[in-house]
Amino acid sequence: MNSSVKFRIGKSKAFQWLTTALAFACILPLFAILFFIIKAGITKINWHFLVNVPKPVGETGGGIANALLGTFIIIVVAALIAIPIGILCGVYLSENKKSRLAYWSRMCVDILQGVPSIVVGIVAYFWLVKPLGGFSALSGSVALAIMMLPIVIRSTEETLKLLPDSLKEAAFALGMPFHRVILKVIIPCGISGILSGVMLSVARVAGETAPLLFTAFGNPYLSANVTKPMQSLPLLIFNYATSPYNDWHDLAWGASLILLVFVLVLNISTKLITKRWKVQL
Amino acid sequence: MESTIVKAVDYNAYFGDNHVVKNVNIDIPRNHVIAVMGPSGCGKTTFLRGVNRMHELIPNATAKGQILLNNEDVMQMHPIFVRLKIGMVFQRPNPFPNLSIYDNVIAGYKLNGVRLPKAEKDKIVEESLTRVALWKEVKDSLMKKGTFLSGGQQQRLCIARAVAMQPEVLLFDEPTSALDPISTSTVEELFHELKKNYTLIIVTHNMQQAARVSDKTAFFYMGELVEYDETKKMFTNPKDNRTQNYITGRFS
Repeated sequence: MNSSVKFRIGKSKAFQWLTTALAFACILPLFAILFFIIKAGITKINWHFLVNVPKPVGETGGGIANALLGTFIIIVVAALIAIPIGILCGVYLSENKKSRLAYWSRMCVDILQGVPSIVVGIVAYFWLVKPLGGFSALSGSVALAIMMLPIVIRSTEETLKLLPDSLKEAAFALGMPFHRVILKVIIPCGISGILSGVMLSVARVAGETAPLLFTAFGNPYLSANVTKPMQSLPLLIFNYATSPYNDWHDLAWGASLILLVFVLVLNISTKLITKRWKVQL
Repeated sequence: MESTIVKAVDYNAYFGDNHVVKNVNIDIPRNHVIAVMGPSGCGKTTFLRGVNRMHELIPNATAKGQILLNNEDVMQMHPIFVRLKIGMVFQRPNPFPNLSIYDNVIAGYKLNGVRLPKAEKDKIVEESLTRVALWKEVKDSLMKKGTFLSGGQQQRLCIARAVAMQPEVLLFDEPTSALDPISTSTVEELFHELKKNYTLIIVTHNMQQAARVSDKTAFFYMGELVEYDETKKMFTNPKDNRTQNYITGRFS
């Protein structure tokens, strides 16, 4: 009896150790990535790097100002498109849990989330780039907005579902019309969850390359015109890292580090904001 | 003779095919406290929510008949007007968690987009909170969130929020069932004060409460209004057997 009990205790211990070890192992990839990117990129980053555009092949130096500005503009425009649509769609889904439209809409949103980003890029190409007659930052923003939508919609829906009905009743009983109940009570009470969905969706698309390949296309010069091609960080990394020039590789490493830091900061601040802005029910 | 403020005429309410309130006729006199009591599922809450058109917010809910407020049929009015004239307090205190105590009191104005001068807002807040005997307790923490208060204080805050809109009628849906005994008695004392200015309809399944606070009592059973009379008569000499059985605790 003793030996079999000991064996079982041993198995139990081993299993506990296994879960602990694997939990630890999951931390490693992120730190490995951080380590390599920081090691390769940190030396490339300086003021010059941030405020200059890339130099032609053969000249040393140059920076990624065009990609920084481009990424900023493309993401802001994408967010301006995706946030209102996403939040209002999420409001509908949480208000009409059982309607047929909500059922199909929810299903489509889930499928949309699984659509490969390259496909989204191709669709944006046929919808916008071809009819408008050229690559543009705007078409890139639309592609990214499509990718942001599912995250914003589902996080809004899930957040609002958790709010108690009594809150809505309190508002209706004061004679408030539906739109004010939603805009002044429901959304402000769920703001931390909605905001975290928005920020996560930005973090998610900030590094997307594929949807931008045939839309924003890239641009070696500084441009703030959304109807023209525009550079962005992931595009720059993709193009320069696959080029045969060492100078360009350096730019790609530096850009990778900046993109990584941006996404990290976004994720961490999402956590902080969610905590800080949480409305105590 | 006392004047009638709310009158239900052949009022029926349904959830889908489920007939919850059956042919209710009742006259509610101005500046009185009316208790509506009855066992769980008797339709008393549904009736109450019919009075300010909250009933129809529930999917599948429908209603027939008339509810007259000062001889005007609320079923024909826009629900928003109805709810501005008939305030409501719920079972669980539900202050807006994103607003301060101050803003909670004037929520009916603020959230409806009505702009008032600061002095007037201050006046409404002080008056409303004084009416619900909360002013002294919170006057130094008006900018704190409403949810910082205790349950009983929150419920009084919710009453102040309804009072601030200067309605004619106040509906209470089991207003003390989530409160401790001390908070309950504070809220009950309020009813006597509030009836000077408003007409109060209080749903309760606590008979002692009905007896303590109300001038008239309505007894609902299985969706019907079984008996409606002066509270004293009702509790000493009920006319209907079912009322007698309920009051003596033979069923609940």
